[in-house]
Amino acid sequence: MLRLENITFKIPAETGKTGTILDDISLEIPDGKYIVITGPNGGGKTTLAKVIMGLVTPDSGRIFLDGMNITPLDVTARAAAGISYGFQQPPRFKGITVKELLQIAAQKKLSRDECCSYLTKVGLCASDYLNREVDTSLSGGEMKRIEIATILAKNTPVMIFDEPEAGIDLWSFHRLTKTFREIHESTGCTLIIISHQERIISQADEVLLIADGKLSGRGLPEEILPQIDGIYERACCKLGAEC
Amino acid sequence: MAQNDIRKDLLKKIADLHEVPEGAYNIRENSGLAGRRNTEYITIETKTDKPGINIYVKDGTQNKSVHIPVLITQTGITEMVYNDFFIGEDCDVLIVAGCGIHNEGDEKSAHDGIHSFEIGKNSRVRYIEKHYGEGKGTGERIMNPEMTAHLSEGATLEVESVQIGGIDSTNRKTVITADENAKVLIQERIMSDGKQDVVSDTEVILNGNGSSAQINSRSVAKGESTQLFYPKLTGNADCFGHVQCDSIIMDNAKIRSIPEICANSVDARLVHEAAIGKIAGDQILKLMTLGLTAEEAEEKILAGLLK
Repeated sequence: MLRLENITFKIPAETGKTGTILDDISLEIPDGKYIVITGPNGGGKTTLAKVIMGLVTPDSGRIFLDGMNITPLDVTARAAAGISYGFQQPPRFKGITVKELLQIAAQKKLSRDECCSYLTKVGLCASDYLNREVDTSLSGGEMKRIEIATILAKNTPVMIFDEPEAGIDLWSFHRLTKTFREIHESTGCTLIIISHQERIISQADEVLLIADGKLSGRGLPEEILPQIDGIYERACCKLGAEC
Repeated sequence: MAQNDIRKDLLKKIADLHEVPEGAYNIRENSGLAGRRNTEYITIETKTDKPGINIYVKDGTQNKSVHIPVLITQTGITEMVYNDFFIGEDCDVLIVAGCGIHNEGDEKSAHDGIHSFEIGKNSRVRYIEKHYGEGKGTGERIMNPEMTAHLSEGATLEVESVQIGGIDSTNRKTVITADENAKVLIQERIMSDGKQDVVSDTEVILNGNGSSAQINSRSVAKGESTQLFYPKLTGNADCFGHVQCDSIIMDNAKIRSIPEICANSVDARLVHEAAIGKIAGDQILKLMTLGLTAEEAEEKILAGLLK
């Protein structure tokens, strides 16, 4: 079980701005659940996911994984503890091939067939990509798919994906939603996906609605989806737009 | 370390040699001849007018190799060596050069290698050159390689030039001219650290229609080291050339990268790209999410760039 206790994260003082991005969030995610975190832009979803992975340090609060307090652990230690994280905008690496990146993720040598299975699940043909460098020659959509493939190769009990659908075309998106369902069913992992897409939201076991840095809703997709329009409208009004 | 072990270690580092190589070879050690083998297809002879060797590769030689490593294991040796390669027509050969300096003393050790290539029609040459320095002495380890090459019609020259580390100062100069349909591919990999200085001045002149060149330079500068890259492509015909320089800068290092493209023909198509930057924080973080420590992530990123 993943448990967050009273997580608060404020805008760092060195930015010259003030504000609270995560405001005293507490929640529990039981093992093996398919969770989608949704909510308006700027509401705190990505920061919450980064706090779980250790990519940012909260000002207060604690995080527990299977009863172990992982709050003091760095990113590497959290990866070892069983958490992985797919970046919204994955970095590129000149000189490192797709195959090498998959092997870093798997922490072992992978056969061509194994690499192929990961890439096929994200809609890429292995023969076209295995020896390509993860550099600027790849499109944004290709980068996103490779990012997802690395998380598949890492195969941890908790997998977090930050807007995996962004930059992926419509046809691949259909394949992707199926892939997430298959990952969840075949590995039994705790799957946490940040998404705005109704198709992804609707296949979750549970949906968390994050807005204004707070957990403002939680429930089954059919319970949360009707609330989303109202939440987005309120966020829109805050930004000064006509509602 | 015993002298023989130093020798073996240097040969392994600069030429991937664990034992006497197959095919032709010439091993130069402390300015003397330490071993040579000629073959039916490749002949090596000592120059009579100056230090160095001539290497002759017969027409039609296919899938053969020649190793010509240079070792300096005594302090205080400075040498200028001239190696001339005469590659016949329709050949396909691998040339493994490279120099290793082990300097335990306080005197300067330096190897300046002047290599010239005349490559016959439709021949393909892969030329691998690794430079490496080591030793606890205070004496400098210096290498100043020069390379000139002329590619005849349809010839291909692939150069892989690697400076692994430990060289205090290097000033490398390369000039290659390409005739019709000739192809040049240069892969340069350089790592500098401490107070090391690197200057790399490469020019490829595309004289023939259908000729092409790719210069790909990647480097990492650490410590207080300095690097200067000056790759130049000149197009005098219907040709294509691409220069790409990528550098990672660390610590207090300094890098200047000045690619130049020069078209003297309306049909020349030349492109250059250059980038210098530190390792991005999200690159380190990404690899940490995959289980590497920050130090392992940095090593992986540098090794990838210099691969």
